[in-house]
Amino acid sequence: MMTQTSLGKTRSIVDAKQSGHEASEVMVAKIETQNLNFYYGQAQALYNINLSIPERRVTAFIGPSGCGKSTLLRSFNRMNDTIPGARAEGKVLLDGMDIYRPGVDVVALRRRVGMVFQKSNPFPRSIFDNVAYGLKINRLVRTRAELAERVEESLIAAALWDEVKDRLQASALSLSGGQQQRLCIARALAVRPEVLLMDEPASALDPIATQKIEELISTLREQYTIVIVTHNMQQAARVSDYTAFFWLGKLIEFGPTDKIFTRPEESMTEDYITGRFG
Amino acid sequence: MSIDRSFAYRKIIDRLMLGLTTICALLAVALLLIILGYIAVRGFSALNLDFFTQLPKPIGEPGSGIGNAIVGTLILIGLACLFGLPIGIFSGIYLAEFGTGRFGTALRFLTDVLTGVPSIVTGIFAYTLIVLPMRRFSAIAGGVALAVIMIPVVTRVTEEMMRLVPRSLREAALALGAPQWRAITGVVVRSAIGGIATGVMLAIARIAGETAPLLFTALGNRFWPRSLDEPIASMTVQIFNYATGPYEEWHRQAWAGTFVLVTMILIINVAVRLLTRSRHGTAG
Repeated sequence: MMTQTSLGKTRSIVDAKQSGHEASEVMVAKIETQNLNFYYGQAQALYNINLSIPERRVTAFIGPSGCGKSTLLRSFNRMNDTIPGARAEGKVLLDGMDIYRPGVDVVALRRRVGMVFQKSNPFPRSIFDNVAYGLKINRLVRTRAELAERVEESLIAAALWDEVKDRLQASALSLSGGQQQRLCIARALAVRPEVLLMDEPASALDPIATQKIEELISTLREQYTIVIVTHNMQQAARVSDYTAFFWLGKLIEFGPTDKIFTRPEESMTEDYITGRFG
Repeated sequence: MSIDRSFAYRKIIDRLMLGLTTICALLAVALLLIILGYIAVRGFSALNLDFFTQLPKPIGEPGSGIGNAIVGTLILIGLACLFGLPIGIFSGIYLAEFGTGRFGTALRFLTDVLTGVPSIVTGIFAYTLIVLPMRRFSAIAGGVALAVIMIPVVTRVTEEMMRLVPRSLREAALALGAPQWRAITGVVVRSAIGGIATGVMLAIARIAGETAPLLFTALGNRFWPRSLDEPIASMTVQIFNYATGPYEEWHRQAWAGTFVLVTMILIINVAVRLLTRSRHGTAG
C-alpha cells in the first residue's frame, strides 16, 4: 500500500494485517529496503532483502553470527561505504527517498541516521568535547551557551548527566565501559538524529550496565526510530517492538516481537528461538 | 641415565649462551660509554661561556667560540622542518588513509629507498637544485638538503602512528556526519600526534648531526648569520673544519663542539623516551 504524504514523498505503510498485528495499528515505515542485495567484493552478504522499519519503534535484528544483521544495519547509514569492495544493489529508502541514488550527501544522511557501535569508541578527549563533536562539525549551534545546553540535554537523555555533571572536562576514557557506551549514545543523540542504529550496544558490558542501556532504549522509544542488532535473544524480547530474524543473509521472518517469540510463522524461526541451532 | 646426561649437557650450553650474550651486550654498552666518556673528557675542558656566545676569532686571540655555528644549526633545523614536515606529514597521512593501491605501495617502497640514500647524495642534489641556480651557497640550500633527509623518516613514522589509531575512532567520527577529511585530521591525526611528534624529534636528532649535505650547500661562515641566502655556519661543519685543521686550539674546540652536539642529541632522545612514557589517553 502506498500513500502520499503532504511533502509529496511516497511512503509505504507496513501492512498491519500481514504482520499479524491484532489491533489496527498502522505503522509508517521510516526505512524501507527494496530488493536489497549487498556484496563484499565477490561474496554476497545480503540476498534480496525487503524490509520495512516502523517509525518511532524499536526493531531488533536477530540471527546467528555472520547472517548479515550488521551489514544491513550499516547499509542504513552507508557506513559500509568505508569498506573497499562493498557495494549495494537495490534500494534503501529513508522517508521514501533512496539513499543509494547518485548525488546523495552521505554526510547529511549520517546526521539523520546515527549509529552506536558494539565497542564504545569515545574520542580521547573530554566528556564535553565528545558530546559536542557532532554539534561543532555540523555547525548546529551558534553560541557557547547553546552548545553547553545541547550537551547537557544529550547527556540527560542518555541517562549519564548525573554521573558526569561535575567532571565534564575529565577524559572520556576515565569512564567505565558502561558509562562510555552511554557517552557514545549521548554523542549520537546530540545531533538529534531521526533514526538510531545500535550494533550490539551492550554486548561488551556487564549485566548491570546492560540493564541501564536497555532502560535507556525504553525511554528513547517514542522519540526515535531505533534499530538494534543483538545476539542476545532475551534482550530482543525485552527491548523491541518488532523483530526481524535473519539467517545466512536472508530475511526469514519479520513481525511484532511477541508474535515472533511466541507464534512464529517459519519453522526456522522457531528452531532458532528455542535454541535448536545458532 | 641418558636423560640426565643430555640434560646436564643442555644446562652447560644454556649457561654458555647466556654468558656469551651478556658479554656482547656489555661490550656494546661499554663501547658507547667509552665514546661518550672520551668526548666528555676531551671536550669539557674547552667549554666556557665564550664558547657558546662568541664568534670564532683568529688563532692566538682568546675568547673564541662557535656561537654562530650553534645558531646556524638551529636555523638549519628550523628550515629543514619548514620544508620537510608538511611534505612528510601529509605524505604519511596519504599513505595511512589512501595508500592501499599500487600507487601507495610504490610510494612506500620509494620512501624506504630514500631513507637509505647516503646523505652526501642529498647534498649534491640540493647543490644542483638550489645552489647552482641561485649561484650562491645559502642556508636555504642547507635546509633543503636536510629536509630531503627528513621527509622519508617523517613520512614513515606518521603513517605508522596513524595506522595505530583504531578504526573505530574513524568510524565514530564518520557516523556523526564528519566529512572524510575532517574525520582524518580532526580525530585520527589528533590521536596520533603524540607519536608523530616523537618521530619528528628523532628525525631532528638525526639531521642535527649531519655534515656531508651541508658541506656544499650551507658551506660555512665565520660570522653571525645575517640572511638566509648566504652561507651559514653549522656545528657539524665547524667541527669538521676544526678537527682537520692544523691548530691545537682548533682541535680543542672541535672536541668541545662534539661534546655539545652529542649532548644535544642525547637530550633529545632522552626527552623523547620520557615523554613517550608519560603519555596517556591517546591512540589505543
